[in-house]
Amino acid sequence: MDELITYGPELAQGFLENIKLALVGLVVSFILGTILVAMRVSPTPVLRAAGTAYVNVVRNTPLTLVLAFSALGLSDQLGLVFSDQPETNSFWLVGLGLGAYTAAFVCEALRAGINTVPMGQAEASRAIGLTFFQTLTMIILPQAFRAVIAPLGSVVIAMIKNTTVATAGGLLTDSAATMKIVFDTTGASIPIFLGVIAAFMVLILPIGYFTGWLSRKLAVVR
Amino acid sequence: MTENGDVTPLVKLEHVDKHFGALHVLRDINLTVSRGEVLVVIGPSGSGKSTLCRAMNRLETIDSGQIIFDGQPLPAEGKALARLRSEVGMVFQSFNLFAHKTIRENVTLGPVKVRKVAKDAADRRAMELLERVGIAAQADKYPAQLSGGQQQRVAIARALAMDPKMILFDEPTSALDPEMVQEVLDVMVGLARDGMTMVVVTHEMGFARKAANRVVFMADGQIVEENTPDEFFTNAQTDRARDFLSKILTH
Ligand SMILES: Nc1ncnc2c1ncn2[C@@H]1O[C@H](COP(=O)(O)OP(=O)(O)O)[C@@H](O)[C@H]1O
Ligand SMILES: [Mg+2]
Repeated sequence: MDELITYGPELAQGFLENIKLALVGLVVSFILGTILVAMRVSPTPVLRAAGTAYVNVVRNTPLTLVLAFSALGLSDQLGLVFSDQPETNSFWLVGLGLGAYTAAFVCEALRAGINTVPMGQAEASRAIGLTFFQTLTMIILPQAFRAVIAPLGSVVIAMIKNTTVATAGGLLTDSAATMKIVFDTTGASIPIFLGVIAAFMVLILPIGYFTGWLSRKLAVVR
Repeated sequence: MTENGDVTPLVKLEHVDKHFGALHVLRDINLTVSRGEVLVVIGPSGSGKSTLCRAMNRLETIDSGQIIFDGQPLPAEGKALARLRSEVGMVFQSFNLFAHKTIRENVTLGPVKVRKVAKDAADRRAMELLERVGIAAQADKYPAQLSGGQQQRVAIARALAMDPKMILFDEPTSALDPEMVQEVLDVMVGLARDGMTMVVVTHEMGFARKAANRVVFMADGQIVEENTPDEFFTNAQTDRARDFLSKILTH
C-alpha cells in the first residue's frame, strides 16, 4: 500500500495524460468516423471504395503498429511536427493515431446505425428536395447516431483502455517514464496494479452507465 | 382546370420503359397530366403503379423514353433534380415522417432548408397548414405519438409546405386502420377542390368518383384503360379491368 501512496501523485499525473490522450482520440475518431461513414454510403463509387479500404486496413492492423507509426513514422519520415517540444509532439501524434484507428470502429458502429433507419426516411427527405448531403446529415445520421449510442460507448471504452498501449509502448512519454520508474523501484507491485485498475474503473464504469441511459433517453420511437 | 390559362400539360410521359433486372415493370407508358387535374391510378398489386408514381419525381430512374415536367425533361441529378423534387410533393403509404423531428419540424424542414424561407415565416405557414389538416394541437409531438391517420395528414401538410405544382400519393390510405381512412380522404378531396394537380394511386372508389377527373387502369406494367371515373367503374371496357373491379367490389 505504501508504494501506491508514495507514487500516487506521479501515477495520477501519468493517468491524466492517458485521459487527455483519450479526449484527443475521442474528438478525432468521431469526426473522422463520421466522414468515413458518409463516404461508405455515398453514391460516388470512388469515395465508397476509399472508405471501405480505410476501414478494412485500419481494423486489421495491430494498434501497436498504428501508434508506433504515428509516433515515429509520421514525424521522422513524413516530417509532421506539431510542436518543438518532443513530448508535446509525440502526444499529438499518438492522439491522432489513436483517433485514426478508433475512427474505423466509430464508422462501423454508425453504419450499423444507418441500417436501422428505414429507407422511407431518406426517400421522404429526397422527395422534399433535400440533397444527398442534407439527407445524410439532417435525417439519416442523427437517427443512426441515436440507435448506436451504447455500441459507441463500447468503442470509447475500448479506446480509453487502448491509451495504455501507448503508455506500454513508451510512446506516451510522461506516463511511460512514470511507469518505468515505478516498476524499476518497486518491482511489479500488486497495490499499484490494483490502484491503476481502480482508476480506470472509476473512469470507465460511468461511461457505460451514461451511454446506456443516454441511448434509452434519445431512442427514436417509430 | 387551367386557372392560369396555361394549357400545356404539367407532366407528359412518352414511351417510358423501366426494368427491375429481368422484370419489365413499365411498358411503353404514355400519359399526360394536365394542370389542376386529379388522376387516379388503379390496378392489381405489382402492376407498376408505385414505380410509375416514383418515376415522376425520379425516385426511380427510367430506362428509356422521357418524362417532361412543366415543359422540361426531368433533370438527372444534382441541384436541378433536388429543385424538381421540391416542386413535386409525395405522400407515401407508410407516411415516412421524420421520426426524430417534431410534427412542426417535419413541416418546416423543407421550406427552411430547401427554399431558404425564414424560420418564423416557415413556422407560421406550418401552423396554418397543420390547422388546415386538423393537427395544429399536436404540433410539438413526435410522429410516433400520433395515429396513422394523423401522421398521414401531417405528411400531406409537409408536402403542401413546399407549395408544390403537383402531389403524388402512393396508396395513402392503404396502411391505415379503416376508421382513419376517411379523415385522410377528406383532406385530399379538399385539395382537389382547391385545384391541386394530383396523381393518386388508390383503390378508394369513393374518392375516385368524388374527386378524380380521370382513372387510369394499369396491369403488368401497361396502361390498359383510361376513362372518367363513372365510365370506368360502371362500364369498364377490358376484361382485365372488369375482372379486377369484380374483385375489389366484392369485399
Ligand atoms: N426496387 C425494386 N427492385 C426490384 N423489383 C422491384 C422493385 N420495386 C418494385 N419491384 C417490382 O416491380 C413490380 C412493380 O412494383 P410496384 O410498382 O411497386 O407495383 P404496385 O405499386 O402496382 O404494386 C413488382 O413486381 C415489384 O415486385
Ligand atoms: Mg405500390
